[in-house]
Amino acid sequence: MINVLEAIRQWGPGSRTWWQNQLSGATDPITDAGWGEGHVRKGFFTDTSICIGCKACEVACKEWNRVPARTASEHGGQMLGSSYDNTGHLGADTWRHVAFIEQAPDQLVRARESGAALSKPVSLGMPTRRRADEQDAPSPPAGGVPHASMLATEPVGLPAVRWLMSSDVCKHCTHAGCLDVCPTGALFRTEFGTVVVQADVCNGCGYCVASCPFGVIGRREDGIVELAPAHDGKEAVTAKVLNGGVAQKCTLCYDRLVDGMTPACAQTCPTTSIKFGDHSDMVAKARERLAELHAQGHTEARLYGANPDDGVGGTGSVFLLMDDPEVYGLPPDPVVTTHDLPKMFTMAGIAGTAMLGVVLSMFVGHGRMQ
Amino acid sequence: MAECHPVGFQWVTEAKLRGARVIHVDPRFTRTTAQADRHIPIRVGSDIALLGALINHVLSNELWFKDYVLHYTNATTVVSDDFVDTEELDGLFSGWNDETRSYDMSSWAYAERDDLPEEAVDGDSGDDEVDAPDPVDESGHLMSETSRADTQGSGGPPLEHARIKKDPTLQNPRCVLNILRRHYARYTPEMVERVCGISQEDFAYLADSIVQNSGRDRTTAFCYAVGWTQHSDGAQMIRTSTILQLLMGNIGRPGSGVMALRGHASIQGSTDIPTLYNLLPGYLPMPLAGSSDTLAQYVDNIASTKQKGYWANADTYAVSLLKAWWGEKATAENDWGFAYIPRLTGAHGTYQTVMAMLEDKVAGYFVLGQNPAVGSAHSRMQRRGLAHLKWLVVRDLQMIETASFWKDSPEIETGELRTEDIATEVFFLPAANHAEKSGTFTQTQRLLQWRHKAVSPPGDCMSELQFFYLLGQKIRERLAGSPLERDQGLLDLTWDYPLDEEGEVDPEAVLKEINGYQLTGPKAGRLLSSYTEMKADGSTSGGCWIYTGVYADGINMSARRTPHGGDQPLEHEWGWAWPADRRILYNRASADPDGKPWSERKKLVWWDEDAKRWTGDDVPDFPVGTRPDYVAPDTAGGPEALSGTDPFIMQADGLGWLYAPRGMVDGPMPTHYEPAESPVVNPVYGVQASPTRKTFRRQDNLFAASGNEPGAEVFPFVFTTYRLTEHHTAGGMSRWLPYLSELQPEMFCEVSPELANLRGLENGGWATLVSPRAVIEARVLVTPRMRPLVADGRTVHQIGLPYHWAVGGRAIVTGDSANDLLGVVLDPNVNIQEAKAAACDIRPGRRPQGAARLEMLAEYQGRAGLTVETSQEAPERLEPARGPQPAEQVEEEA
Repeated sequence: MINVLEAIRQWGPGSRTWWQNQLSGATDPITDAGWGEGHVRKGFFTDTSICIGCKACEVACKEWNRVPARTASEHGGQMLGSSYDNTGHLGADTWRHVAFIEQAPDQLVRARESGAALSKPVSLGMPTRRRADEQDAPSPPAGGVPHASMLATEPVGLPAVRWLMSSDVCKHCTHAGCLDVCPTGALFRTEFGTVVVQADVCNGCGYCVASCPFGVIGRREDGIVELAPAHDGKEAVTAKVLNGGVAQKCTLCYDRLVDGMTPACAQTCPTTSIKFGDHSDMVAKARERLAELHAQGHTEARLYGANPDDGVGGTGSVFLLMDDPEVYGLPPDPVVTTHDLPKMFTMAGIAGTAMLGVVLSMFVGHGRMQ
Repeated sequence: MAECHPVGFQWVTEAKLRGARVIHVDPRFTRTTAQADRHIPIRVGSDIALLGALINHVLSNELWFKDYVLHYTNATTVVSDDFVDTEELDGLFSGWNDETRSYDMSSWAYAERDDLPEEAVDGDSGDDEVDAPDPVDESGHLMSETSRADTQGSGGPPLEHARIKKDPTLQNPRCVLNILRRHYARYTPEMVERVCGISQEDFAYLADSIVQNSGRDRTTAFCYAVGWTQHSDGAQMIRTSTILQLLMGNIGRPGSGVMALRGHASIQGSTDIPTLYNLLPGYLPMPLAGSSDTLAQYVDNIASTKQKGYWANADTYAVSLLKAWWGEKATAENDWGFAYIPRLTGAHGTYQTVMAMLEDKVAGYFVLGQNPAVGSAHSRMQRRGLAHLKWLVVRDLQMIETASFWKDSPEIETGELRTEDIATEVFFLPAANHAEKSGTFTQTQRLLQWRHKAVSPPGDCMSELQFFYLLGQKIRERLAGSPLERDQGLLDLTWDYPLDEEGEVDPEAVLKEINGYQLTGPKAGRLLSSYTEMKADGSTSGGCWIYTGVYADGINMSARRTPHGGDQPLEHEWGWAWPADRRILYNRASADPDGKPWSERKKLVWWDEDAKRWTGDDVPDFPVGTRPDYVAPDTAGGPEALSGTDPFIMQADGLGWLYAPRGMVDGPMPTHYEPAESPVVNPVYGVQASPTRKTFRRQDNLFAASGNEPGAEVFPFVFTTYRLTEHHTAGGMSRWLPYLSELQPEMFCEVSPELANLRGLENGGWATLVSPRAVIEARVLVTPRMRPLVADGRTVHQIGLPYHWAVGGRAIVTGDSANDLLGVVLDPNVNIQEAKAAACDIRPGRRPQGAARLEMLAEYQGRAGLTVETSQEAPERLEPARGPQPAEQVEEEA
């Protein structure tokens, strides 16, 4: 109850009530979870403008976290025919997913327009639910761009093809649907503000899978993986799937963070497209980079997850995208399932009262009949 | 670069964030393109036309860097009156011999001065081949033709004479710069549009970008990889960029240069201390039978002692190498053991060797860290060749297809090979991986980086070092006491390395041997600090002269790992760069002729008048006390002959070569020729393809007709092969790993939506590809990243084929090999295969199985009327005469 009392103190009379604040909007999830003082929220800033689609993040993640390869599964081993993406989507066995999107020039024009519109007057990631009081129009970076302006000729026209790449990951939402619905307490909020599954507590009910607005979490298939195929009369080497049958997703490398290390994906990223650090620094860096790109005329750039007033209270993993979120397969306006809980609760209360009235009136009426 | 060198691409990303402009010239739209400011798609194999037009652009608009070019290049050197250019001979240079299909290079030489004293003249430096008989090597190529290229090291070849005539006023029409102007005059933006399919707007953007970003204040860099090398005129493609970079003053300066991006961790190292048949360590040539009987002859052939620069000291490098290998047994009396080194009798490249296998001339074969059954051009020929061996040793991390070809290669399935008929005894030996052994990697920047062993290799796995040490021991035990002369070289080798606690050779002892020692005198046993300390009198040793200094003062410099290389701008405290830890080669050129930096922004090395020496941020790549205004006497030779303005210290005249009077067997100036198989008739000259390219007229190596020749329509499309980020070359290090395999699980071909329409191909479906050599299948990826180009009025469809997959073996993912489709046609300078441009047909659906697959190939070959002469004659002049044709016509045919 400490956090509840704090929330009441913080917001005071006249503000939103504490239970509304807990379920949506801007907040510090670490304090909300009762970790107390002295903890800093950690997060990613994935700058897709410098992603080269090498997929090293996918591999490093799987190596460190011992996530099963999909070649062993029935759907593995086949090309998807979706540009260079053969991973498809995030899930129990893919905690990082690099999307590849090929576009014609007209789509770049559209992206530039939509990106420019977002930045005037505000440049927060989500197209809706902006904080009206925040002015965030990009301004040129302090140092300027040192050399670009020294060349007289600038590129003319638009490229015939644009190839977007973006490494997606669990958002570690401020208000995490998966965590809120978990009946066993297997999902918990860490001291880094991240959301992690405890595999040994999870009972595999799958409520979290349906509650994630981003489709991140999945339940891992139970079974056997083949480590080496059978050959020359020798039997195949196999092993039981690690954490089979339970919910699995990115832990933001919790086991690395507790030792002061960088998550595997950020550590391996050759171009620093994936950055890791204090969440507030990540958001600041993202804003800075956005301003820089807009100053260079790349108005198609926009942030995703940097708005604490969006449907999930902002995300721990912040992205700089070069087109609308839908283009990358991301929901444009994600809303945590618990967001409408207070309203639903109120509505349910009203409905319940009304029904009670009806029932009572029936009794009354019945009495009259008698 | 982002595609194949993603880790190195971090520096491009950083440069870009600091404002650099990145232009990607590539037939394909790759991960690099996605990050580039502009993509300039180019028709495969037309790079010389583009680069030649850039040269023409800077020359005709007088945009070249005059102070740099006049002082540091051979622009003012006058060329012999005997030289006749391609402009007059419609695509051939003077000296062409139709019978031998090669050039006599003597007419390309510099003009001679006649006002010099006799002692300045060096009679016939390295010209023995001219008088020697002209035998034919095993592949039917003239020895003199192959030997010239095969025996040249990293420095320029020796000059015919030292009496160089110059015209600083550039009035003489025969001085190099004027010859260059005339040669490239026909390489116009219009010609680029015709040949390369590049718009004039794109060309202007590229040209302006380079010009505006070059000069005193700015520099431009060219990065290339096998997209330039793997052509029948690949060496000349790189030469063309070098000429352009010299004209723009972009060599020897920070942010400048022509950068070869190496495809593996230590490919640079494997040419420095070579796994190549034609080189000894440090780019010393392999001696040639007949012309290198004595050490003196051999050294004479490398360089004249009268020429400028450090190759004049080749005798000290050679004798030190012999001392490193044979120690006490190398004496002045036995010519320092020079007779122990085998002699070349011709070109013994991969492809010549495989053809020799097919003729049962090769008994055994070692395959280390390669998978030629998948990774070499015409991999079908490779696999068939392996079946003729008596024994084969494969050392690898996995049971690769080269080791299992005898039971599961595609040829077993088609019935061409039968397991019971193959007598090859295959030894598969497991190898240690990079984390299981110590040693150095030498990367793209010539940087040696020491790698410490993390864990010991499991089971029987061992490092190459340990393997060859033990193999050497066993062979020497077997030969002990042999009276045969041929065995003495092996028995006399120094083969005594200290062993560590696990009984393994200490790799640092090997690095010390490579670095070299002082052998005699009071300092005997001291590790050398520099190759300039080497002597030809047997008092020093050194296994690779360019690496001398890596162990200076007994410190393993390659193991330096100060974060970010310390405080110095060039990060000298990280690793060690050969030679002498110079991070930028020829850096004397970073200062003007007076020794002052060209600009504050681009300063690197300069003359310190007070200290009377060169100084700066890098180790000066120049005699440190030679004043900028020093003029060397005509009678001097070697480093003393370098004047203060001769930055190119490995060249025979100390200058950057805009024109190569010797050394390139296919011409002194790069010239556009079409690939061996091309749908386009050469729009630049009458000669269609490189006349000197090495062809192999064999029934198993047929080529498609080019241009409008009969049968050309049977193979109407161009394909190019390449790598993907997700896999490593022939797959030995990726197709066995689940985490990599799942990222690109299937062999596919990349086609444009236009070609997909034309041929009825569906994204995600199957396609069959047919070349004159093979039939393969692949999944289809239809992508707007592939675009048809219009060249010379003709629509050219290009198909992209990654080459990582193979059938058979125990890999997690399998698929047909793109390299099966390729034929063998080689660059005459370096014997590299033309893997980036070839002809094929594509059709929807899967390929036939078994014998039907061969029937399909035969049907195609018959329909195209292919013979061993098709596209293998030289010089070919194709009909009809040049001229644009309507694009629609070709599309309909296709």
